Amino acid sequence: MTIASALEIALAAVVLGVAVWTIAAHETSAAVVGFLAYGLLLALVWVRLDAVDVALAEAAIGGGLSGVLLLGAAARLRPAEAAATTERPGRIPRLGAGMLSALVAAALAAGVLLLPDPAPTLAPAAAANAGATGLGNPVTNVLMAFRALDTLLEKVVLLLVLVGVWSLAPDRLWGGRPGPRHEADPLGVLAFLARLLPPVGIVVGIYILWVGANHPGGAFQAGTILAAMWLLVMMAGLTDAPAVSSRRLRLVLIAGPAVFIAVGLAGLGIGTAFLAYPAAQAKPLIVAIEIAMTLTIATTLGLLIAGAPEQSEER
Amino acid sequence: MSVALDIVTIIAVSAGAFFFLAGTVGLLRFPDTLTRLHALTKADNLGLGLVVLGLLPQAGSPRDGLKLVCVWLLVLLAGATVSQLIAALASSESGQRGDSIERGPP
Repeated sequence: MTIASALEIALAAVVLGVAVWTIAAHETSAAVVGFLAYGLLLALVWVRLDAVDVALAEAAIGGGLSGVLLLGAAARLRPAEAAATTERPGRIPRLGAGMLSALVAAALAAGVLLLPDPAPTLAPAAAANAGATGLGNPVTNVLMAFRALDTLLEKVVLLLVLVGVWSLAPDRLWGGRPGPRHEADPLGVLAFLARLLPPVGIVVGIYILWVGANHPGGAFQAGTILAAMWLLVMMAGLTDAPAVSSRRLRLVLIAGPAVFIAVGLAGLGIGTAFLAYPAAQAKPLIVAIEIAMTLTIATTLGLLIAGAPEQSEER
Repeated sequence: MSVALDIVTIIAVSAGAFFFLAGTVGLLRFPDTLTRLHALTKADNLGLGLVVLGLLPQAGSPRDGLKLVCVWLLVLLAGATVSQLIAALASSESGQRGDSIERGPP
């Protein structure tokens, strides 16, 4: 056994251990911390599988933003947690849930184990047509050219989710600012970090967006980093979330899908099909879409975590 | 030359791993929040610092080395900030309850 495979076995064992611990943990906040560690370890697993793009997304979303979301949920549930733990569900629902979980796990395991060897893959086809767009990163090729429609719809789903979160606002606060106003010591440590880190984070975010054309990276990972910087500044109380009714905000929110659809329709007009890029301009068009999408993703993710409007529009 | 660099790498990374081990033992064994934070920051600052120092001779280019140092600096910044925040929370919670610093679960 080589050192690398020993490392992989140890990593898999730790991931499984953390997963079991996360499910078994009694306190909600402890389970959330377990889930965060699980997301970061999973990112390491993706790195070992040479899927660096997926690893970046998993670390940013699974280990980062969903962690913030779940920590916020745990903090809100804390007053009710004692009452919730005393009323355990009956034997039959618990048995049913256990059986359903075992069934899903068995079906997934069967699906993976029954795959023909070698597993069916479109990777050679994607690699063979890599020259069509002028981009060096095969993942960006698939996301932005070969399966561009999926990516476009994914961004629309993200917007629908945000509309769903906003619709949780009570009527009188509609159009107001999301989430509670965060109060923090303006001379404290958090405010210090919120002043020091964003310049670095913004540069890293733009870098990840830019290298996404030829190396692992891209709009989603870059947008997540930018969203994290924005959230840090909001949580330190240095700025407030923008009012949901703001027209400028809504323009930024639809910028990504709008540019995407406009390019797609142009492809219909001058090219052969919806989302068909003219070969000579493929790269600049894709980069333009990615820039608009990064803005939209960063804003959408930040607002998703900020939550439903909880402050009225006027200050 | 390259043997000397490899020896530097082995010594520094081993020392870094030792500090991570010591930090983890401290996290598990120390009695309260503040001492546990103290143990953790040793792992972050010294442990990661020594690992980065050990990896520098193996970096392919000065740019890669610079990136490694940047990773360490960012972890230093994040670790220091988070431990300050946790310590402030721990001391304010214990202040409300009127006892000394919170004793965590055994």
